[in-house]
Amino acid sequence: MDTVKRLQERFDGKIRNISLHSDKRIYVDIDKDDLIEFVKFVFIDLDARFITASGIDLLDNMEILYHFSMDRSDVVVSLRTLLDRENPEIESIVPVVKGASNIEREMYELLGIKFKNHPDLKRFLTDDSLDVVYPLRKDAKRQVKQ
Amino acid sequence: MKKVVVPLGPYHPLFEEPEYFELYCDGELVVDVEWKAGYNHRGIEKISESKHWDQVTFLIERICGICSTSHPIAYCNAVEDLLKMDIPERAKYIRSIIGELERIHSHLLWAGLAGHFLGYNTVFMWAWKYREPILDIMEMITGNRNHYAMMKIGGVRRDIENEDIPIMKKILDELKPKLEMLTNAVLDDPVLAARLKGVGVLTKQNIKDYGALGPIARASGVDIDVRRDSPHAAYDLVEWDVVLCQEGDVFSKAVVRLGECFESIKIIEQCLDRLTKIKGEISFEVREIPPGEGIGHYEAPRGECFHYVRSDGTSRPFRHKIRAPSYANIPTFKASCVGQTISDVTIILAGVDPCYCCTERAITVYDASTKKKLFNGKDLILLSQEKTKKIKKQLGFKDV
Amino acid sequence: MALDLKTKALKKSLSVFHLSTGSCNNCDIEILDCLTPRFDIERFGMTLAGSIKHADVLLVTGIVTVKNLSRIKVLYQQMPKPGFVVAIGGCACTGGIFRDGYQMAGPLDRVIPVDVYIPGCPPKPEAMIAGIVKLLEKIK
Repeated sequence: MDTVKRLQERFDGKIRNISLHSDKRIYVDIDKDDLIEFVKFVFIDLDARFITASGIDLLDNMEILYHFSMDRSDVVVSLRTLLDRENPEIESIVPVVKGASNIEREMYELLGIKFKNHPDLKRFLTDDSLDVVYPLRKDAKRQVKQ
Repeated sequence: MKKVVVPLGPYHPLFEEPEYFELYCDGELVVDVEWKAGYNHRGIEKISESKHWDQVTFLIERICGICSTSHPIAYCNAVEDLLKMDIPERAKYIRSIIGELERIHSHLLWAGLAGHFLGYNTVFMWAWKYREPILDIMEMITGNRNHYAMMKIGGVRRDIENEDIPIMKKILDELKPKLEMLTNAVLDDPVLAARLKGVGVLTKQNIKDYGALGPIARASGVDIDVRRDSPHAAYDLVEWDVVLCQEGDVFSKAVVRLGECFESIKIIEQCLDRLTKIKGEISFEVREIPPGEGIGHYEAPRGECFHYVRSDGTSRPFRHKIRAPSYANIPTFKASCVGQTISDVTIILAGVDPCYCCTERAITVYDASTKKKLFNGKDLILLSQEKTKKIKKQLGFKDV
Repeated sequence: MALDLKTKALKKSLSVFHLSTGSCNNCDIEILDCLTPRFDIERFGMTLAGSIKHADVLLVTGIVTVKNLSRIKVLYQQMPKPGFVVAIGGCACTGGIFRDGYQMAGPLDRVIPVDVYIPGCPPKPEAMIAGIVKLLEKIK
């Protein structure tokens, strides 16, 4: 519960909501403009390990969850950000977390989320021969080849 | 500066994604590495959204043939986290037994292939020979050599019969002296020490930057192990230690992996002992999955497997995010390969253990300016094997 | 005539090349397992080749992914003829559990002609050896 307290002390007012699924699973809803600040705090000050990020298509919104793990206490902190589905764009966290590069490239190609200031934002898993645009979106359809 | 581009792959079935590396070399030295993935990308996360919660365990078993029980355990942990449920005690022990058997066979597989890349085919044959009894146990208790289909939300699918336990113990007892012999032979060998020590070093900061996991992190002195930190299955009910090294080179990775085999045997033996005394169910019934989200992780042989599931109350996952350990481990090449010679690259790649299961990879070395072929895959392995011979000579060994 | 002589010579020493086109790599491990002491496929005169240009048999595992599609065609063209293609595992034979995925471009026999199918997930090494022996009979 230490983690929740420290987060609340540091970001009083910036946290939209904290939901505790259990003692060890903390979901923090944040504004997408505050992302870098939060990531810096969790990754550097709380010394958490970056696990991964999962992008989700909610049909009316896009959601990204950034999962961080406090290994010795087995707490997983997930930072939840909501993006506009028509034009999903968010700040890249690669300048803070080097290891996030590939997962952001993956979200870029599978969900169509753009990451600002990513050093090398290009396709990672698929190439032009794939006939589905953004396959992980819920309304993805195979296109008829010309 | 004239740079030579050395493509490694893409027919190189490492883990979920067979990978394609481009090594940028200046003379013998590697100056940069680029990882191009996706040749094995099958879109499992999308297929998972079209399967029933129970069917997903069979699908994610087929993410990786070597970790084919780690992903289901992590997935079941995630769904059980969503449901906030516990599993029967007997199921806990069975989960640990299957997980640890898999760890032994995976680490032996790695030791064999690492030996092959260094030109020590004896190690390759030995390690793979000693791996077979483990697969026999698996076939006996689950019905298949790989893809065991043992995990289920709320418990396990099949029980381990009491009659099988003495046979399993006998096989493990016979395996122990062989493993010791293999470990001593590998770790005491002066040639291997010369080839592996100080090669491909990863510092603690590298591990933190790339989020590396498992034996790679533990070889660099980063003390993480999901089995201990996040008690699930039977790992908090039995005695065992986390194997830790400080140097961070390929040699330490070998020490950690071989050491873990012995810890695994220790865990399995204790679990088998307890299993004879516990009676009861092996799974609780799960009727429906309410809306919500869950996170589960498990320490696979290569590091932490991470699964995130979200339910919208229907019979299928709304979203299923999978992060396999090699996804975080492979980018560490950028730190460990740069500044090394080409002949060391194969063993550094092997050191990360990205599921080396293909010895005849399509590796070709092209000269960047002329596009003329310089080496192919066989030559690269030969290059590595020749270096071992050279070191042998320097150390005063007779060439065999 | 010359082709007949070649196939006759093939029977005694098959050189196989192994290609994964989007598998879970369990089949690949079982192929390697065939080389190790318990199964020892070399007693039938078979060896793994380092390059497709030195091989008589192409062992293919896994669904054919969209990204691999063009590459596998090139590899098939590079194989010296007469050559044989063996589809190993459920994925290469039918697409298996991945058949509905967006990356699926196979199964293999829609892309290149296949001579022998070895089903199973994964097929046991014994099954693979039996399959190759059937291939040898077919060559006769």
